[in-house]
Amino acid sequence: MLELATVSLLNGIVYGLLLFMLSSGLTLIFSMMGVLNFAHASFFMLGAYFSYQLGRWIGFWPALVIAPVLCALVGAAIERYGLRRVHASGHVAEILFTFGLAYVIEELVTMAWGRNAVSNDVPTAIDFALFHVFGSTFPAYKGLMMAISVAMFGALYLGLKRTRIGLVIQAALTHPKMVSALGHDVPAMFVLVFAIGSGLAGLAGVIGGFMLLTQPTLAHSIGPIVFVVVVVGGLGSLSGAFIASLLIGLLQTFAVAIDYSLLDVMRSAGMVVTRASPMYELLAVKVATVAPVVPYLLLVLMLIVRPRGLLGTRDV
Amino acid sequence: MSDAAIAAGVSASRTSVLRGRALMVVLTAIALVVLPLLPGFESDFARSLLTQMAIAAVFALSFNLLFGNTGLLSFGHAVYFGLGAYAAIHCMRAINHGLPLPIVLVPLAGAIGGLLSGIVFGALTTRRAGTIFALISLGVGELVYAAAFILPGLFGGEEGISASRTKAVIDLGFPLASQLHVYYVVIAWAIIAAMLLHAFIRTPVGRMCHAVRDNPERAEFVGYSAQRVRFISFAVAGLVAGIAGGLHAINYEIVAADAVGAQRSGTVLIMTYIGGIGHFSGPVLGAIVITWLQSSLSAYTAAWQLYLGLFFMLMIVYAPAGLSGLLLRHRRIAHGGALARVLGSYVVAAVPIVIAMAGAVLLIEMSYRLATQPELGTRMRLLGMSLDAASTWPWVLAVCSLAGGLALLRMTLPLVRVAWQRALQAP
Repeated sequence: MLELATVSLLNGIVYGLLLFMLSSGLTLIFSMMGVLNFAHASFFMLGAYFSYQLGRWIGFWPALVIAPVLCALVGAAIERYGLRRVHASGHVAEILFTFGLAYVIEELVTMAWGRNAVSNDVPTAIDFALFHVFGSTFPAYKGLMMAISVAMFGALYLGLKRTRIGLVIQAALTHPKMVSALGHDVPAMFVLVFAIGSGLAGLAGVIGGFMLLTQPTLAHSIGPIVFVVVVVGGLGSLSGAFIASLLIGLLQTFAVAIDYSLLDVMRSAGMVVTRASPMYELLAVKVATVAPVVPYLLLVLMLIVRPRGLLGTRDV
Repeated sequence: MSDAAIAAGVSASRTSVLRGRALMVVLTAIALVVLPLLPGFESDFARSLLTQMAIAAVFALSFNLLFGNTGLLSFGHAVYFGLGAYAAIHCMRAINHGLPLPIVLVPLAGAIGGLLSGIVFGALTTRRAGTIFALISLGVGELVYAAAFILPGLFGGEEGISASRTKAVIDLGFPLASQLHVYYVVIAWAIIAAMLLHAFIRTPVGRMCHAVRDNPERAEFVGYSAQRVRFISFAVAGLVAGIAGGLHAINYEIVAADAVGAQRSGTVLIMTYIGGIGHFSGPVLGAIVITWLQSSLSAYTAAWQLYLGLFFMLMIVYAPAGLSGLLLRHRRIAHGGALARVLGSYVVAAVPIVIAMAGAVLLIEMSYRLATQPELGTRMRLLGMSLDAASTWPWVLAVCSLAGGLALLRMTLPLVRVAWQRALQAP
């Protein structure tokens, strides 16, 4: 029992920190620009593919730096030549634009690397056992991922709350005209924010690519969960996203480990339940089977109990 | 003029408007009934395509009640389509097992399923509009999609649930044996659904939808609850989506988890937007165009989703009013020689567009072949040319054609702009 709990705890934290790496860039872009970037997970996927390709050409460590930079450049170009044009049509047009972008990136990735998963294996440089718990090993790349994720949180938090540029960017969201009247180049700041957000997603992709299958549907499979993190944590709240990521990571990992259903609980309490009983199918569902739905259940629950999210400042 | 005379005048003009609309409906209905009998539409394939278009049109109209009229951008509208379809397929199974109902009434079960799910999820999700609503609709969509695999008894999992549309105690002398019969049932329901929606938009609640979309605060001050208006609109959209789902169940005789999936939600969004959200018939136009593109493009190229995505993005940037908006713009200048001059400038501008597109198509098709179908080899026929994707010159040609076309386009676009300016200045 202790063994199961420890391993699940560790895995849950790893998964949660991975989710945070993904949602941090999204939260940044949303809180600074008010744009909900549907293509965010696509930048994650681009990061994974870039690092795979660069890793084969020049090795892992340069790829760890260059792949996120490439993602940031792609993001900057998209903001400058696409998103900025639709900005005048309002947030809905921006959401739709990024939604279309997600489609296009998925197809472009297919075009470049094919429909099947590429063999994006953990590079030997970080593929050794960091330590052992109950006979199972804890690989170094997971440790690296955790370190990067926590560093991301710290850097973003300090960068936004404690630096001059962070404060100016925050002001630009609500009072763009005033900020530009004070001599700041607001459009350039938006390009910068979008580039950093995309770069963070790319960095998450370099590390996360090893833990998930690097294939064109990667963005689609992970994207919705990231949005759940952002809503549950409170829209635009970085700390909220951090807590929500860990919460969802832990909940989902523990759910996978529980091989019981409501039916088992009722039977062990002495109740007689047969196939003819109403809702039998629903009762017989094992908790482990429900694990993929847990984030979405949490989302619905959150909407009923606390619509503003964990650390949100206003009701959603 | 006395008040009574004014009232009489108003009611007379109303009657004439209503008469005009009734005439429109009758003419459309006649056209739709005759359409599959025309030469070129005799094959089951063509009739099936028409049926799919009609189903997509109902679904898109329902989506536009939310998006265009109420300002709610949903990324999970397939939930109500799919749950309606499941309700309908279970109803069809019951009919197969002896329930004394005709199959043509099955979409009613879909409508009830769509309405009920719309009420349940609408109560949860319509509290806020805008970005938040979009996010939540996505979450609900994923939840229901995942549930479809967790509860296989109800949803049938990957294989889905199937039923027969021909096995019924009561068939009203209209057995749904041929695709033509299915088409007629679908068309009848599509017209009913469209009239229902058109009428709903003209009720006071329907009008308030616009107010809530444009300025929820002000709507609240007038005394309407924005949330309740959104909720009612959501429930009605659920009902109509459920009808579309019911028609889907009749047409395919099988409903699987993809009916509630994100792909379908995305497609209806793209259809509606490309058709245009500002006009009632926009979504219908979008549904027809996109359904046709899906079936014709996918026969020619594996990259059709890329083309569709690019088309969608171009529309967002350059034509946010959609195809129907573009058509309306041209109708406005359809007097004198203005339209002819504008169209003439299009012909000139079209030349570089075609050159650039040819280059883009070459690039995309060759890349796709190399990445996804290496087993077919590198020799391919494209745009009437036979070329080898492994050699250099087709790539050079493609890049030159794309870049040259775009450069030429920059030179010809001012012509279009000038033609438009003249057309708008013309008396």
